[in-house]
Amino acid sequence: MTKSAGSPSAVTVRGMAKYYGETRALDGVDLEVREGTVRGVLGPNGAGKTTLVRILSTLIRPDAGSATVAGWDVLQQPRQLRRAIGLTGQYASVDELLSGYENLYLIGRLLDLSAKGAKARALELLERFSLTEAARRPVKTYSGGMRRRLDLAASMIGQPRVLFLDEPTTGLDPRTRNEVWQEVQRMVSEGSTVLLTTQYMDEAEQLADDVTVVDRGRVIAEGSVEALKRQVGGQTLTVRPARPEQLDEMVRCLAGHGAVAARGELVLPVGDEEQLTALIGELGRRGFGVAGIETRLPSLEDVFLAVTGATAKDAPAQPAERNQQAEQDQSRMERV
Amino acid sequence: MSAAVLPLPPLDDQRISPRAYLAHIGALTRRNLMRIKADPESMFDAILMPIIFTVLFVYVFGGAVAGSQGHYIQYMVPGMLGQIGISLAMAVGTGLNSDFQTGVMDRFRTLPIGRASVLISKLISESCRSLLSLVILISFAMLLGLRIHTGPLQLLLALALAMAFGAGMVWVSMLLGMALKSPQAVQGIGFLIIMPLQFGSSTFAPTSTMPGWLQAFTKVNPLSALADSSRALINGGPVLHPALQVLAWSVGLTAVFAPLAVMKFKKRT
Repeated sequence: MTKSAGSPSAVTVRGMAKYYGETRALDGVDLEVREGTVRGVLGPNGAGKTTLVRILSTLIRPDAGSATVAGWDVLQQPRQLRRAIGLTGQYASVDELLSGYENLYLIGRLLDLSAKGAKARALELLERFSLTEAARRPVKTYSGGMRRRLDLAASMIGQPRVLFLDEPTTGLDPRTRNEVWQEVQRMVSEGSTVLLTTQYMDEAEQLADDVTVVDRGRVIAEGSVEALKRQVGGQTLTVRPARPEQLDEMVRCLAGHGAVAARGELVLPVGDEEQLTALIGELGRRGFGVAGIETRLPSLEDVFLAVTGATAKDAPAQPAERNQQAEQDQSRMERV
Repeated sequence: MSAAVLPLPPLDDQRISPRAYLAHIGALTRRNLMRIKADPESMFDAILMPIIFTVLFVYVFGGAVAGSQGHYIQYMVPGMLGQIGISLAMAVGTGLNSDFQTGVMDRFRTLPIGRASVLISKLISESCRSLLSLVILISFAMLLGLRIHTGPLQLLLALALAMAFGAGMVWVSMLLGMALKSPQAVQGIGFLIIMPLQFGSSTFAPTSTMPGWLQAFTKVNPLSALADSSRALINGGPVLHPALQVLAWSVGLTAVFAPLAVMKFKKRT
């Protein structure tokens, strides 16, 4: 999936900053997305992901720094830039009262397609996103997944060179999430460059070639998904000590393996079964009592632990907590 | 992918051709009208307000203010043209604010269209609503006994003046709708602005019995000028002075608030 490192840059961000009073939403971000690749921007709520996407899609102006998208400057050439991009935000930006067809037709007309051209393009995309049957129904009767698909279709009308997806699966059930992933993969295979923000490690893993990890407006790690995973480990092991006062000692003992303490537990990345067995054996040999043990796929929090050695504020920790998190996101209507 | 549709027309500079601008405004106006069609309840205020207000004012105040309902209809209904016009205009901001709560405005703002086209299309569809409401007002009042003592041309002029002033107020309302946080706040502030304008004018009662300070206010209140000119256009009398006042206000409001609203539209996050 990874393209050659020499391909030209589709998105270039230099020293981007945006302040809201005392809050530094973005605090000097540099970013490069190569043509034809998918860049995952990974970070917890409030990390500045949405602010970054809103600046790159000309919705807000940065306080400092510069950026180009598809070769156009965000501040100097907004109109050409808008012709080259598609945006799907966290909240479906389609008109609830109109039908799916009317929504797409309207956007085609606003992109200067002829009436005939806009009609043909709308029908084509409805077909592709499996919305033909619902095409004439008002969007308010659509399910969450259908709405998100329509939203993606709306972003695709102008065949954008660069597609921004701001948390495209937040609040979606697993099945719908898979549908959205498939669509994104298909867009990429057709040559779009994608900048995708997400809170979920597995989403970045599924879709992205490269990942940028952001926290509190700053880039804290960057590289290919493989490199990041090597750093984080294939799985995450958490151990609850039988005697809590021994936690620090346990962490010291396994510090060489990247162990850290979080929420009264020892957390560390493990590569494979052999390593897992060896680590447990090590704990036993040293006489530590173990009250509970669990392995799971690395979450965003684990990435943060691995990268910074500290617990990320507000990061969704486990898949089980995700739905709850998603609901909170859904009810959050104000903008960053 | 069908080659007949794409590629999109090339885009080499920042300018938007007048033809493309008109096409964008047309597409957006069509959207606004389709929204009304999909949600007919949104027309209730435009349809029912002229009927309910006319019935209430004519039968409640008619006898007391003008001695008879018949006299009061001739006095009050021309003034109602302006009062309906600005009531509907002030509601535009509330709707615009709700639009911004959804992602639809973000979508529009990431498209390569003229920045004013969304607001201009709103002005056009709202003017259609307003015209319908004014026609209902006049028709209903004629059923209740309103007489047009002049002619159809004068009546049309009276409608046009109310619409022109309403258009100026739509820009004020849209600016408010984007400057304030919630639809409720927009509605509240809008109400505070139009109440004194509506009642501190010659719309519902002659100003001669009002205290001096209030008379001073009614003299500069554009709704007085609008009521006076509509009355003259329907009942006969000197039109020119109040009509010019209304025109000056309409042009002035638009000249000041349209650019402010478009600027706010660009900047709103």
